Amino acid sequence: MSQIANPITRPVFFRYRIWDVVGRYLLMVLLALLLFGVILLISGKDPIQSYKDIFSSTLGSVYGFSEVLVAMIPMLITALAVALPSRVGLINVGGEGQLYIGAAFATWGALTFKDLPAWALLSLMVLLGMIGGAFWAFIPGYLKAIGLVNETITTLLLNSVAPKIIGFLIFGFWHSPMDTVKTANFVPAARLPAFLGTRVHLGLVIALALLLLFWLVMKYTRWGLEMRSIWGNPQAAKRNGIPINTYWITIMCLGGAIAGLAGMVQVSGFYGVLLLNFSMGLGFMGFLISWLAAGDPFGIFLMSFVVAMITTGGNLLQLTHDLPYAVINILLAFTLFVVLARPTLIKGKKA
Amino acid sequence: MSLLSILGVLSSAIFSGTSLLYTTLGEVIDERSGIVNLGLEGVLLVSAAAGFAVTSWSGNPFLGVFTALLAGGLMNLILGYLVIHRQANQLASGLALMFFGFGLSALIGKSYVGTKINALPRIPLPGLSGLPHLYTSLFSFDLLIYLSIPAAFLVSWLLFRTRWGLSLRAVGENAETAFASGRNPRLIRYQALFIGGLLAGLGAAHLSLAYTMTWTEYMTAGRGFIAVALVIFSKWHPVRAIAGALLFSGAVAFQLLLQSSGVQISPFLLDTIPYLITLLVLIAWGGTRKQSAPASLGRIYYGTE
Repeated sequence: MSQIANPITRPVFFRYRIWDVVGRYLLMVLLALLLFGVILLISGKDPIQSYKDIFSSTLGSVYGFSEVLVAMIPMLITALAVALPSRVGLINVGGEGQLYIGAAFATWGALTFKDLPAWALLSLMVLLGMIGGAFWAFIPGYLKAIGLVNETITTLLLNSVAPKIIGFLIFGFWHSPMDTVKTANFVPAARLPAFLGTRVHLGLVIALALLLLFWLVMKYTRWGLEMRSIWGNPQAAKRNGIPINTYWITIMCLGGAIAGLAGMVQVSGFYGVLLLNFSMGLGFMGFLISWLAAGDPFGIFLMSFVVAMITTGGNLLQLTHDLPYAVINILLAFTLFVVLARPTLIKGKKA
Repeated sequence: MSLLSILGVLSSAIFSGTSLLYTTLGEVIDERSGIVNLGLEGVLLVSAAAGFAVTSWSGNPFLGVFTALLAGGLMNLILGYLVIHRQANQLASGLALMFFGFGLSALIGKSYVGTKINALPRIPLPGLSGLPHLYTSLFSFDLLIYLSIPAAFLVSWLLFRTRWGLSLRAVGENAETAFASGRNPRLIRYQALFIGGLLAGLGAAHLSLAYTMTWTEYMTAGRGFIAVALVIFSKWHPVRAIAGALLFSGAVAFQLLLQSSGVQISPFLLDTIPYLITLLVLIAWGGTRKQSAPASLGRIYYGTE
């Protein structure tokens, strides 16, 4: 699998008018809604009413909108964890595993250093989460750099290992007295602060800052230039004196660190506790979002918003329309299918 | 620990490994034609749900197996359309297919949660009729288990001893060259995906109709990804896939044995063993430069206009 095609094409969003791109995406989402409408009809639900409900429950109220933002936070970060390595031609399918390990490290910090003040504890948890994710990504990065095993394979394998380690830690050491599938609730100092009485937490600011930083680094720094050249032709970059092995390992670890941060943000900001299997595919979602956005920061923001809206709307389908929550995955998948199937809709972007 | 409990562990390991073997065989075919199917998890779920629903509705498990087969094939064709026709990225398309499977299987299985079905009939191993009933009941397997190892050899024959298999491997190595030598890469990849899907469907059918005999959401619990790992472990060879499935079953059996003998090792840690062994095997093989991954695995064939 050493020659898997690079999923990332050059970023296009900033070369075109933003509304042009938004319009195209809206068209594609519309097509997906149409397809899912057929499924709803078949299962005996009124699609128009369902969509009205989904829309009013996500964008129609301040609370609904805040819930969309909450769902969006981990997606933004895990997508970035894929987008960054992709800029040097690394395919990080391991966001899921890195997220779990990051969450585990952060949880260790939260449970061990309960008595620290909030600012110290939170910074420590951020640091630990990033170390955890970076550690989990170092293994594939190193194996790739010394030319042993392709990073796609290793990251996939390690994805399956990470949740089991979480299980081991929770069952073996960390579970709360009442419950064996989760740890005790974190102390308030270990929780990222939320805003304005909603569940939107500081993670959103962290995510947006990271995206901005990513954009700036790629556009204006020497590192960005060197990374682009490695992406273009590793051999040529090497001949020009760019240390590509160092880049591969460092960037992979950075990607892992970002995914680990997503794990920390989820346990500290969203759950306030470490749960077994809490991610439910967030890392994979990040991979999809990053790929659909061609690794572009603005595209990541847009796609995350759409995906977050869909998943938030799923709660409603379950509550009021008597459908399993998982059914919303069909709408999500249709959206993804449509975007995947029409890569030529966006000018200048090849499949 | 009694002989009976050891045999029981062995029997349950065989049951849990069978669905994995079929799925791995299917993925071997997909990948030999140059397509990574990361959506296996979703394919398995939809097949399992469809097979279960039809069995529950008709009372005939064989009809259920047939439905599961077909569902697997059709699911894979969706992936085929995206990656072959629309030339979309394989990993992303596979993951999208996985999410589709999560949703569709939940919808199909919604009204079948907790229902009971006629499971696939079990046929006792011949020559054991003299043993007490307790023993024979452990070693009466269903048809799919008996057919699993022959299936591996059949796939091996298909891939390495037929013209079609040769074409398929040629497409997996280099689609442009295969086209130049008069083959149709797109058609062959669709065929490979369909047959791979049929095999995944068989695996799913065994899972829901013979092993668990119930339907629950997310019941495959990562088997799709295990199969992808086992394909690498078996170096893209169907017969070695048997060893891969045995590795997984063995880990399950080992875990059950340890538990029944009262040894205190976390089952979670034991669960990681198959993955870690696969990783070690990869590292061991990586240095030798003799990886047998199909050369154009994951690459998009743009046609040669």
